[in-house]
Amino acid sequence: MSIISVRDLVVEYDGRRVLNGLNLDVEPGQITVLLGGSGSGKSTLLRQVLGLERPKSGSISIKGTEVTSCSKAELTKVRRSIGVAFQSAALFNSLSLEENVALNLREHTALAPTIIDLIVWMKLAVVGLADFGKLHPQELSGGMKKRAAVARALALDPEILVLDEPSAGLDPIVAAELDELILFLKETFQITALVITHELPSAFRIADRIAMLFNGQLLAVGTKDEIQASQHPRVRQFLNRVPENPVHAPAVAAYFERYVQNQEANS
Amino acid sequence: MPNLLETAGRGTLDRLGYVGSLNIQLWATLRGMRTALPFIGNRHRWRAAVHQMLEIGVDALPMVALLAVCSGFILAMQGASELRRFGALHYVIDLVAVGFTRELGPLLTAIAVSGRSGSAFAAEIGTMKVTEEIDALKVMAFEPVEFVLAPKYLAALVAVPCLSIVSNFFGILAGGLFMFFSTRLGLLLYFHYVLTSIELRDVLAGLIKALAFATIIAHVGCLEGFRVRGGPEAVGRSTTMAVVRSTFLVIVADAIFTTIFYFVGKT
Repeated sequence: MSIISVRDLVVEYDGRRVLNGLNLDVEPGQITVLLGGSGSGKSTLLRQVLGLERPKSGSISIKGTEVTSCSKAELTKVRRSIGVAFQSAALFNSLSLEENVALNLREHTALAPTIIDLIVWMKLAVVGLADFGKLHPQELSGGMKKRAAVARALALDPEILVLDEPSAGLDPIVAAELDELILFLKETFQITALVITHELPSAFRIADRIAMLFNGQLLAVGTKDEIQASQHPRVRQFLNRVPENPVHAPAVAAYFERYVQNQEANS
Repeated sequence: MPNLLETAGRGTLDRLGYVGSLNIQLWATLRGMRTALPFIGNRHRWRAAVHQMLEIGVDALPMVALLAVCSGFILAMQGASELRRFGALHYVIDLVAVGFTRELGPLLTAIAVSGRSGSAFAAEIGTMKVTEEIDALKVMAFEPVEFVLAPKYLAALVAVPCLSIVSNFFGILAGGLFMFFSTRLGLLLYFHYVLTSIELRDVLAGLIKALAFATIIAHVGCLEGFRVRGGPEAVGRSTTMAVVRSTFLVIVADAIFTTIFYFVGKT
C-alpha cells in the first residue's frame, strides 16, 4: 500500500491551472524522484503534500490520513512523521546548527536535555557536520546548509523524508556527496524519500522510481530503466536536454544589423 | 479606465480587508498567548518573550529618555512663553505633568517603538517568509502565530507601558529642570506640585493608551511581515509600510482614546 497517495489533484492560482488531475503513489521504503523542468509544478505538488496549501479538488492521503480535509490535530500528527529539507534549507538564522536540529526534539518530546544533545550530535554526525554544531547557518557553505537541513529533517526519525531540490546550486562533488547521503539514509534507516529535482545525474543515481512531471501532469512513472526507455517526446526532450526555443543565430544577427542601420539612419 | 467610484470602492475593500486581517491575527494571537506566559506556558516561548522585552524595552530606553527630555523642555518653554504673560508660570507644572502622563509619554514611546521594533518585526518575519522559514515552522508542526508572534506581542504589552512610564518621568524631569533654571523652583517642590496636579485617572489613561499602542505596533509590524510576497525588495517595502501604518494607526487610536477620555472625564 502506498504511503503517499495523490489522486486527481487539481491546483489553480488565480484561475491558472498549475496541477491538472495529477495522480502519484509513493511506495514505502523507496526513493521516489519527482523530475521536471522549471514551472512544471514540482514545488506546488510539494506544498500540497505538506498541507501548506489546499487544492481546488482531488485528494492527498499520507499514511491513510486525508491531508486536504483533515483536522489541524491530524495534520500536525502527519507532519511529525515527515521530515522536510527545503530548497533554501530554511534553517533558522537566529539559532545555531545544534539548536536548529534540537528544536523539534525540545518542543515535541519530553526527552532530557542530555539525551537531546546526544541525538543532535548523532544526527549531525550522520550528515558529516558533527564538528560544526556551534556555527550559525550564515557561517555555512551551501552544501553544508543542505546537509544541515537534512539533519534537522531527521531529528524526529521521520518515516518519510521530503527533499526539495537537494542538489540545486551545488558543485558536482558536493551534489554527489548529498546523493550518497540520501542512499545511505535509505539503506540504514529504511526511510521513504520523496525527492524533487531537475538534476538528471542525481535523479538517476538515487531513484527507485521516477515520476516525470510536465505542465501539471505526470508524463511517465516508472523505474530508472523504464524512464530511460520511454519514447514520449517530452520525456526524450528532457532527458536529451533539447532546448524548447533554440536560439536562431542568423535571426539574431539580422536583428542587430537592422538595429544598427536604424541607428545610423536616425543620427 | 476605472472610474472614481470603482477606485474608491476597491480602496475601501482593501482597507477593510487589512483591518479584517489585523483582527483575525489579533484573535489568533490572543488564543496562542497562553504558550508565551511564564509558569503555565512553554518555557522557550517565555524565554523568547523576555528576549524581545529586552530588545523592545531596555534597548530603547536611551532613545525614549532623550526624546522625552527634549519634548519636556519644548513643552515647558512653549507653555512658559505664553503663560508668563498672564502671570501663570506655575501652570507650566500642570501642563507638563498632565500633558506627559495622559498624552505625550505614551505617544512619544509609541512612535519610537514603532520606528525601532515595528520595523524590526516586519523585517524579521518578512525574511523568514522569503527564506521559507515560516513554511519550515509549519511542516515541523509549529504554529507560526504561537512561535513568532505571541512572544513579540507579550513583550510589547509589557515593554511599551514600562517605557511610557520612563518617558513620563524624563519629560516631567525636563519640565522641572526648566522651572529650576527659570524660577529657581527646587526639584523636590516641583515634584510635589506634579503629584498634586496629576490624578490616578491620568496615569491609567496613559497606560491604557500604551497597551493599545503596543497592540497596534506589534500586530501591524507582524502582519506586514506575514504579507511579504516575493524577494528581498518586498521585505524592504514591508518594513517601510510597518512604520508608516503603525504610526498612522497609533495617532488615530490616540485621537479616539483622547475623545473617549475627554467625554468620560466630563461626566
